[in-house]
Amino acid sequence: MSEIIKIRKGLDIKLKGKADKIFMKAPRSKTYAVKPIDFHSLTPKIVTKPCVEVKVGSTLFFDKYRPEIKYTSPVSGIVQSIVRGERRRIIEVVIEDDGKDTAKSFLQGDPNEFTREQIVENLLESGLWPVIHQRPYDVVAYPADVPKSIFISGFDTAPLAPDFDFIMKDTEQDFQTGINALAKLTDGEIHLGLDARYPAAKAYTNAKNVVRHFFNGPHPTGNVGIQIHKVSPINKGDKIWTVKPQDVVAIGKLFKTGKYDPNVIVALAGSEIKKPVYYKLIRGAQVSSITDGNIEGDNVRMISGNVLTGRQVTDEGHIGFSDSQVTVIPEGDHYEFIGWVLPGLKKFSVSKTFLSWITPDREYRLDTNLNGGERPFVMTGEYEKVVPMDILPVSLLKSIIVEDIDKMEQLGIYEVIEEDLALCEFICASKTPVQSILRDGLNLLKKELE
Amino acid sequence: MSALRRYIDKIKPNVEEGGKVPWLKSTFEAFETFLFVPNTVTKKGTHIRDAMDMKRTMFLVVIAMVPALLFGIWNTGYHHFLALGIDASFWQMVWYGFIRIFPIIVVSYVVGLGTEFVFAQIRGHEVAEGFLVSGMLIPLVMPVDVPLWMVAIATVFAVIIGKEVFGGVGMNILNPALTARAFLFFAYPSQMSGDAVWIGGLRKGMETVDGFSGATILGQAAQNNSVFVDGLGKAYDWWDMFLGTIPGSIGETSTLAILIGAVILLYTGVGSWKVMFSVFAGGAAMGLILNLFAVNAFMEIPFYEHLLLGGFAFGAVFMATDPVSAAQTEKGKWIYGFLIGFLAIIIRVLNPAYPEGVMLAILLMNVFAPLIDHYVVEGNIRRRLKRAKVQA
Repeated sequence: MSEIIKIRKGLDIKLKGKADKIFMKAPRSKTYAVKPIDFHSLTPKIVTKPCVEVKVGSTLFFDKYRPEIKYTSPVSGIVQSIVRGERRRIIEVVIEDDGKDTAKSFLQGDPNEFTREQIVENLLESGLWPVIHQRPYDVVAYPADVPKSIFISGFDTAPLAPDFDFIMKDTEQDFQTGINALAKLTDGEIHLGLDARYPAAKAYTNAKNVVRHFFNGPHPTGNVGIQIHKVSPINKGDKIWTVKPQDVVAIGKLFKTGKYDPNVIVALAGSEIKKPVYYKLIRGAQVSSITDGNIEGDNVRMISGNVLTGRQVTDEGHIGFSDSQVTVIPEGDHYEFIGWVLPGLKKFSVSKTFLSWITPDREYRLDTNLNGGERPFVMTGEYEKVVPMDILPVSLLKSIIVEDIDKMEQLGIYEVIEEDLALCEFICASKTPVQSILRDGLNLLKKELE
Repeated sequence: MSALRRYIDKIKPNVEEGGKVPWLKSTFEAFETFLFVPNTVTKKGTHIRDAMDMKRTMFLVVIAMVPALLFGIWNTGYHHFLALGIDASFWQMVWYGFIRIFPIIVVSYVVGLGTEFVFAQIRGHEVAEGFLVSGMLIPLVMPVDVPLWMVAIATVFAVIIGKEVFGGVGMNILNPALTARAFLFFAYPSQMSGDAVWIGGLRKGMETVDGFSGATILGQAAQNNSVFVDGLGKAYDWWDMFLGTIPGSIGETSTLAILIGAVILLYTGVGSWKVMFSVFAGGAAMGLILNLFAVNAFMEIPFYEHLLLGGFAFGAVFMATDPVSAAQTEKGKWIYGFLIGFLAIIIRVLNPAYPEGVMLAILLMNVFAPLIDHYVVEGNIRRRLKRAKVQA
């Protein structure tokens, strides 16, 4: 066993409503959707229209600037609508499910027997290529690139995150097949980050062709970006690819069956969920298919993803492409009389400015209130406590705000994406929108350099 | 409380665009958010937020200053009656201190917040909470006999020149409260130094017992006295300096009360222990050096007494730790703090014209903090470049 990488900085936010380790089969939802907004810097070109019949694996849209990258339907049925938002930006392509799962066929067989080109082609055609993301920028990888290495984080430390050792049960073979396919894409290693605190799933411990790294620490230890930083930090010009564990399994299943298998496991969690459990469902399912009748109260926020980085969705909305979690928490749109003076026994703060430090082990029911107003940077040394990287977060953010591209590069913008600095945003006493500032910086950089 | 909430909601339209008094929007919001944590919810990014905000942070700093303030109130009364030669009760002393100090606090807050409101309104942004702290710091670093109009002028100067011209809270280079103190020190030296200003009532020609002197210990040290005495000639020991039963600015005398505040700041995580610790370390280091090469009585003051005297402890705990004007990088904080302590004792001892070296040292290092940060950031950049080269 390789040595354990100990991480001290970070923060585990203990929330109420962790999912029990029970698998439930979700009822099929009426509609499914693929959302271009789930992918950074994607300009979709739609190749379908309402009322057209589609199969599992039929192309719905492709990337306008990289037409080889296709996005395909997770179910068979009829295209119901193409939903547009502000400035006619495409939000989602909605498919009405016919329940038959008629599927298109793709290349099938042992990836070890195929060439790199065949594997890339198969992933592109089936619509599974977009599960491979590239650092820097966290955009869908460029098929022509050969990355320095591929990183897979085998666990998630975010608040109420699903337990991947549980999710990955009985996926040994498919996971290995997926790894074998990915191994053909890089000249370097495939790195698998594992949680040293718990026994890992068999799929992880038995996997061949990977370099295992064990990490022990609070959130964001489970973020692949932190693991890359500790193992092989990204320098200017480096390209590293990242894949999520369930997506590796999906790649494995593609080669085993020759079909795009959109089944994933999603944890339903949060203080407002009556019975938080794990659901087996199809990518892009309607949120209501798992939340109906399972929510306390009516003023809640539903989030596809976790509370730090997830996207707000409505009841009729659809679960994000690569989300393994749906979280439901109370909305916080209420006033609180002199709330900033009260002792605050039920308030969570990383500082000890509220008396809740008396009960360190309590689980919190936190709502979406901003808990204050936005201010300029005042406090210092806060962010550094939750970023386990050799990066100066405030200096980096300031360089982004003034759009100083050289400084951004020098200060390590290539090494981070939103999720890596999400805790900064959570703890910030000035309520700075850290994640959107960072994305603006990444977008600016990408635009200037490409 | 819902009645109050309803009332606020009722009058709110008046300050909105198109209302009767839209120019009062910032002021209204300041009061509204003072009473109620607003109902704003997160829109993008993290869906939940830490409960701590600027108001809570500043509120805790004010709480941390309360022990120093309470001690200052009593101490003012104590020295007043000592000078009069009257054997007053504890409550008489507190009452005298209260009626002298309370107006200074009121003037500082009213004038300062008024200026802030005007600026927030002109700029069209929310009123920032920074002045909650500055408004309490300013009285605590004043001599008790300071005229109220001077407090008012200094406060306006501090808010405008110290803060608003740079863009407001978070943008200032100098600590606003120290700017106020320094302004008075240089603009009205006769009212801000000497032997007469530290004892309540003395400057106005109050009748004292024969031979009474209101000189501070540092004032006496600057005369190269080797034994420090109170107004009646009784010698002080270091215990008096630690407890704070000595003349000085309102809040600075009691190291004990200041340390209670320090514990509050450090435990809650609001103040930086790196800055506090390194200020004391720097002061002790310079004190030791001076002890080693002492050629006069001032240089012979034991280094630990330096840390108890004048505004040293107060500066270390409440002034140097101001996150905006201090170094912002963690490594930078060590250097910044150490140099403050170091320079404060140099200025105090080697240039007795300015016995209040702490104030000048902090202001000086405020100016240099960005430079320190620059080198720490460069260090980070160099590490990253080196890493890239090793790999390439």
